[in-house]
Amino acid sequence: MGKKFKNTARVEASECLAEGIYSLWLSDEEIAKEALPGQFVSLYCKDSGRLLPRPISLCEIDKEKGRIRLVYRTVGKGTKEFSHLKAGDTIEIMGPLGNGFTLEGKKIILLGGGIGIPPMLELSKAFRDFSGCEVQIVLGYRDGRLFLSEEFKPYGRVFIATEDGSTGTCGNVLDAVREQELSADMIFACGPLPMLRGVQAYAGEMGIRAQISMEERMACGIGACLACVCGSKETDPHTNVRNKRVCKDGPVFYADEIEL
Amino acid sequence: MNISVKIAGVELKNPVMTASGTFGSGAEYSEFVDLGRLGAVVTKGVARTPWPGNPTPRIAETHGGMLNAVGLQNPGIDLFIQRDLPFLERQDTKIVVNVCGKTTEDYCEVVERLADTAADLLEINISCPNVKEGGIAFGQNPRAVEAITTEIKKYAKQPVIMKLSPNVTDITETAKAAEAGGADALSLINTLTGMKIDIYKRAFALANKTGGLSGPAIKPVAVRMVYQTARAVKLPIIGMGGIANAEDAIEFLMAGASAIAIGTANFANLGAAQEIAEGLELFMKEQGIKDIREIIGCVE
Repeated sequence: MGKKFKNTARVEASECLAEGIYSLWLSDEEIAKEALPGQFVSLYCKDSGRLLPRPISLCEIDKEKGRIRLVYRTVGKGTKEFSHLKAGDTIEIMGPLGNGFTLEGKKIILLGGGIGIPPMLELSKAFRDFSGCEVQIVLGYRDGRLFLSEEFKPYGRVFIATEDGSTGTCGNVLDAVREQELSADMIFACGPLPMLRGVQAYAGEMGIRAQISMEERMACGIGACLACVCGSKETDPHTNVRNKRVCKDGPVFYADEIEL
Repeated sequence: MNISVKIAGVELKNPVMTASGTFGSGAEYSEFVDLGRLGAVVTKGVARTPWPGNPTPRIAETHGGMLNAVGLQNPGIDLFIQRDLPFLERQDTKIVVNVCGKTTEDYCEVVERLADTAADLLEINISCPNVKEGGIAFGQNPRAVEAITTEIKKYAKQPVIMKLSPNVTDITETAKAAEAGGADALSLINTLTGMKIDIYKRAFALANKTGGLSGPAIKPVAVRMVYQTARAVKLPIIGMGGIANAEDAIEFLMAGASAIAIGTANFANLGAAQEIAEGLELFMKEQGIKDIREIIGCVE
């Protein structure tokens, strides 16, 4: 893992993409230079009553211009505070954190569910330069209020699933995979826990390897406090018990190494 | 100018320590903090065998604080001695090893294993609110506190710090009990038991239902308890509970703590412990304080 930076980043742009979904471009050359798809950053609130950093995945990494993009959902007061940021504002940020995805596979499926969609964008871009890889992207939404879906189009074949059936396949991302009869030698997934459990089972059933990006409540973000663990099949060499640190050993794990 | 302090005969270059459980064994933080600028690193609690800890979610933020119910996850004393202690030995700071257990025998065995290691001080956690057995079961009853302190002292080569729970009617009772049992110093306070409910999910925010409250929200309670305890016992006190900056640290020193520990602030600011150590020096210069011991317990 590379170096981490704790910086004051400048907001380049902030906009609402859909109800409760915001896009934030931050200028931070050091983090952009070091960052990999699947990694995340910690954002710190200005309100000192909110102590803990908010871990948010990287949606895009622009190494040339030295900036990163975060797309997040407002779930509480901290993310609400971020949604009020305007171009020119500053924010405390630390990263890049976590391991990120391993780029592998010749025919791949990227599965993004809800707020698990944003990290898939940088991943799909990273596969551009991965010669001869066929990229299939399946995005799952609750309803017809889509976000980011158009931005994926240059990087692969895009399929949509909505729970209410208003766009694409009615159901979740795996329903779309089955309906479209998609095949792959590697799956990448990020989304809510029930979806990840489904992906783990599907990958096992089909004999396909899968990389799963996990979400968990975090405190330190650097692997010291052991707040954000997930169960592992084997005893982990660091923790010496059957769990792994999501912030440091993850957030990306092979589906067959973790217990969901 | 002197900023060094002594805890049970061990000299710390300054009074700033890390609070157990918030700093791992220092390795992860060493990217952000010069450990050599701290008086001591206090490790996350270590037990006789590896402990898996509690289910997640293990933490929840509250206004000005946080609840945690990590449940003392730790890799066990063997791996700790093999991997974590050697790392700390290479740092220019004192090493305080926090010890947890489920039975008196558990504690004594870990203390015995640490006897011939580089640990400078031992801190005994008899106050964790998040594990059913051990921990707080010892820490809420003065007779049990005295008994376990006496037992541990039989096996300990290093000075023993007993870490006290604030979840008691009168903390001076458990403090006096630890003193009677032969403790060399006291740490206070551990976290206050709390609860948070997610009103939209109609569920507890923590898988463990309850957790330990820490952070600035508990600071006035901690300062009060340090003050009361300092007047009730002769032992040196390591004060902690919501210290977020040098000014907070000074309050604890003035209340009677000989050293202080930084806990939750390490999460809000990864460089907090070092910044507070530097802030203490700055305060002394500004105020013309020649020896930090001038201000320890200076409020009557």
